[in-house]
Amino acid sequence: MPGSITSDIIKPPAPPRGGGYGGGGSDGRGASRRASMTGLMVLLAATTMAFAAFTSAFVVRRGISNDWVALRLPPIVWANTGVLLASSLLLELARRSLKSGRRTAFNRYWTAGTVLGTLFLLGQAFAWRQLNAAGIFVASNPSSSFFYLLTAAHGLHILGGLTALVYVDVQALSLRLGPSKRTAVDVSALFWHFVDGLWLYLMALFLVWG
Amino acid sequence: MSSPVVHAHHAPQGFIRRWIFSLDHKVIGIQYYFLALFSVLVGMSLSLLMRFHMVHPDAKVSWFAHLWPTAAQGGIMTPELYLSLMTMHGTIMVFFVLTTAPQSGFGNYFLPIQIGAEDIAFPVLNMLSFWTTFIALVVMVAAFFVQGGPPLSGWTGYPPLSGIGPLAGPGEGLGQTLWIVSIAIFCGASLMGAINFIATLIDLRCQGMSLMRLPLTCWTWFVTAILGLLGFAVLLAAGVLLILDRSAGTSFFIPAGLMVSDQILSHKGGSPLLWQHLFWFFGHPEVYIAILPGMGVTSQILATFARKAVFGYRAMVYAILSIGFLGFLVWGHHMFMSGMSPYSAMAFSVLTMAIGVPSAIKTFNWIGTLWGGKIHYTTAMMFALGFVSLFITGGLSGIFLGQPALDLYFHDTYFVVGHFHMIMGVAAIFGMFAGTFYWFPKMFGRMPNETLGKIHFYITFLGVYAIFTPMHYLGIAGNPRRYSDFTNFDFLGKLLPVHNFMTQAAYGTAAIQLVFFINLFWSMKYGKKAPINPWNATTLEWTVPSPPPFDNFGGQHPVVNHGPYEYSVPGAPRDFIMQTDPVDVAHAE
Repeated sequence: MPGSITSDIIKPPAPPRGGGYGGGGSDGRGASRRASMTGLMVLLAATTMAFAAFTSAFVVRRGISNDWVALRLPPIVWANTGVLLASSLLLELARRSLKSGRRTAFNRYWTAGTVLGTLFLLGQAFAWRQLNAAGIFVASNPSSSFFYLLTAAHGLHILGGLTALVYVDVQALSLRLGPSKRTAVDVSALFWHFVDGLWLYLMALFLVWG
Repeated sequence: MSSPVVHAHHAPQGFIRRWIFSLDHKVIGIQYYFLALFSVLVGMSLSLLMRFHMVHPDAKVSWFAHLWPTAAQGGIMTPELYLSLMTMHGTIMVFFVLTTAPQSGFGNYFLPIQIGAEDIAFPVLNMLSFWTTFIALVVMVAAFFVQGGPPLSGWTGYPPLSGIGPLAGPGEGLGQTLWIVSIAIFCGASLMGAINFIATLIDLRCQGMSLMRLPLTCWTWFVTAILGLLGFAVLLAAGVLLILDRSAGTSFFIPAGLMVSDQILSHKGGSPLLWQHLFWFFGHPEVYIAILPGMGVTSQILATFARKAVFGYRAMVYAILSIGFLGFLVWGHHMFMSGMSPYSAMAFSVLTMAIGVPSAIKTFNWIGTLWGGKIHYTTAMMFALGFVSLFITGGLSGIFLGQPALDLYFHDTYFVVGHFHMIMGVAAIFGMFAGTFYWFPKMFGRMPNETLGKIHFYITFLGVYAIFTPMHYLGIAGNPRRYSDFTNFDFLGKLLPVHNFMTQAAYGTAAIQLVFFINLFWSMKYGKKAPINPWNATTLEWTVPSPPPFDNFGGQHPVVNHGPYEYSVPGAPRDFIMQTDPVDVAHAE
């Protein structure tokens, strides 16, 4: 029975041809996978542009007036960064496991990555609470405005990514993650890595320019 | 035989699945088309009200008072009401007409068919993109009915006016908020569409359909999707910042010490210029989004009805790509009067001139396509020829505006209004009319009425020139734009007869659009049944029934052996070779 643990030990599934991208033409096998990857790249391009616009606004706003007060990052943000990096690592280990047919390992790693991702989001909410407690709100200072704005925009993307991660997790844990869902795994993981990288960029922005 | 491409789906059953929440790109294309038709009626009505007011600013119209008791007390339109109508006219036309019909309407319908695919890449996302656009329209129209009415900050929504809330005047409360929310929703819908178009074009082309065999319509839809993808993301970011300024007390765009309505605002340190940069970084690609699909349709139609290949296909492709790329580098030409350094102005000006080069290449190549051809003057052809004429006229005035020294004078005059109406409000619309008449047989299975079409064309063509040409003269004479009333100024009083003429022309041109609507709806039901290929055209949509089955090619996978415009090829048995014809039909190298 495909997808069951015992049959994987006895006979792992054959790897997809051409890395999963198959032959040419819209009727070739792998057209759907290719289309999903292209769709992901397009989405990432749009997200990049949105954050480029935010960055541009950040740089301009910081430069044009003298009311910018450097924001001290709430300490939990460092822990959150570590958690997010760890979750990306776990998802990548999950993908490697899946490629070599180790389903159980995949389930464990992927679930762990999803849990850590959720923890990141909760940690961000806690960071907001810490700022609130220190009397720093959205309109307190342009630097805080941008902090809330950028973490909120990033958080929304994390939420979207988490939805995909949870979907894949549910499919995997209920033993419904067949080869046709392989693309969903890759697209979700790649999106998550991107959002992780985006967070590192935002941290750099806060630390260097904040 | 390999399995179907993206998904296996059977023909949908049930009214809701077939016509409301359809996953079929053809139905979704028609849904977008009718959304744009509704929007253009709203936008046109608003413009007629504006034109009426400009020549009769003190007129008492009783139903104004019924509709707008505060904004038109006693039936006289206040300047604020005029500006609201102007804002909504621009917004609805640019977003819900020019960005939807040419791209999401025709593009959704014909991109998959022209590349030989059985559906768009992500049908559910496609369905969502239409309904998200619909919700955006509902939110926008809602702005008419809320307390304070619609915003009056122009389709460009410049802060501080748009960023400080109801203190700024009528319409700047809930109306402005709804406007921003609607645009933000529209940005999301646009992104969904872009994902679909780009993935479809890159990954779902049939065998033999190389990039250089794509019809030019596909190239324009592709580049337009990329422009939308990159541009709308920036607009969304700007919109978020504006909402925060309005509702969260931030100061991204609102400067310090601003005094409005006798109150000093507590904002500090923001820059209205920041909004201008962000907005126009989106705003300039947006106008190329509005015009590029019309260019693609024009190339397609000129080739079909001149029975000649598009002159310089490869140059046309490079021109489309250049226009798309350069379009991101010229946004500053909307801001020459904002106090920028003359060196920045020079840079933007040079780049703006540079965009004239690929545009001119396209124009000359259209003429080259027609030269020596056997012209068939169908309605679609007339509108395509009209597009070329209007594109030249509208584009030429842009060259004047692209010179900072001249823009010093022309900025915020009717010269600008004439320019962008010629190019967007007419050329792009003619592209839509051309596409309608060309593809009507394929979409609805019936032929449109050519006589009604020609009547509509001639009167509209003369009418739009009559409305918008005088605007250039008015601009040179110094007539400012966005004024609701010219009667208070001596130097403008002399120009009122010109305004009167334009208003009369506007009434007539608007009235003749009735002929188009009659033609459209009557022919949909009672037009002569359309054959598969009424125009003897070469591209893939003309190989399938009119209208096509739900999976476009009836389960077949077309194989393409020829380029898209092989008309009048020497040695060929007919004066056209279809893209799917066998290889050994005589063809030029």
